[in-house]
Amino acid sequence: MRVLLVDDELELVTTLAERLELRGIAAEWATSAEEALRRVEMSTFDIAVLDVKIPKVDGLELKKRLQEKCPGMKFIFVTGHGSARDFETGASEVGADFYLVKPLNIENLIAKIKEALQR
Amino acid sequence: MAMDSDEVEVAGIQFFGKMSASISHEIKNVLAVINENAGLLEDICFMADRGKPGDIARLKKIAGDVKDLVRRADRIVTAMSRFAHSADEPSTETDLGELTALLGLLAMRFAAMRGVEIKTLAPSDPVLVTTFPFGLLNLLWTCLDCAMKAADSGKIVEIVAAKTTEGGLVRFRRLEQLSAASIADIALGRLSALPHALNATIAADETKTELIVRLPKAL
Repeated sequence: MRVLLVDDELELVTTLAERLELRGIAAEWATSAEEALRRVEMSTFDIAVLDVKIPKVDGLELKKRLQEKCPGMKFIFVTGHGSARDFETGASEVGADFYLVKPLNIENLIAKIKEALQR
Repeated sequence: MAMDSDEVEVAGIQFFGKMSASISHEIKNVLAVINENAGLLEDICFMADRGKPGDIARLKKIAGDVKDLVRRADRIVTAMSRFAHSADEPSTETDLGELTALLGLLAMRFAAMRGVEIKTLAPSDPVLVTTFPFGLLNLLWTCLDCAMKAADSGKIVEIVAAKTTEGGLVRFRRLEQLSAASIADIALGRLSALPHALNATIAADETKTELIVRLPKAL
């Protein structure tokens, strides 16, 4: 299983990647849309965990571009804006497998990653 | 001062909401990173319990990172506090240098999302005018929003305050696509009551690369 983490918070993606690696999940990260697209050109990922708000390009647009390069890829969106509405309607609105609100719970994230990959 | 107009009040509430949402988003981000660092410490402790002690240098690095994050959160909350208190007095002596620095902090995330860098240049001396700081921040934000759309190819907007014989001014520099329409939007459009209430005038310079807000010494 290979995970691509995309968020403009460098420390968030590096720490999260380290924690996923400790749990035996291969994770790479990117802090911009351009970097994420380069990563996908260089290797294959099963799933991307994307912040909805990425500088210059919104998360939805980035999802579309990543899907073009990697058609089978699954997506989990992450947001800093938390509300019940986000949980209920967020995932379907953005066409993501799941929609999570920061701060993340790593065990929950891993459970969602596995669930998304089984779909 | 006619700050009781519905238009100005609604614009003020919308501005306050927009800034508050952005600031809360920023704080959420910092908390998310602190949360991951705490989680990493737990992971290291978990491994140490099972006979794989953590590297001390790594632990020091995590502690340093958390301290940096706390300082970052403190800067955000301090800016939020100054912003909230800008609405305390309807008319007070205000340093335009300090106010534009605050504007730069508040706008940082909006700018980053658009790929624009904001450079606030501090004037050598205080530029004091008596005004309604919150209303002026609202007006300057509206101008900055317009300036970011018109930023030069380097995607940099400079903000600089200066004294004038009449009071003070704020310049938004390094603009490329500043249209008469965008200035009219601010000066005559939906928010036209705002410059009127602050006795401010808004205009472009002759080269159309600067947006200038002029303010009187007092309202």
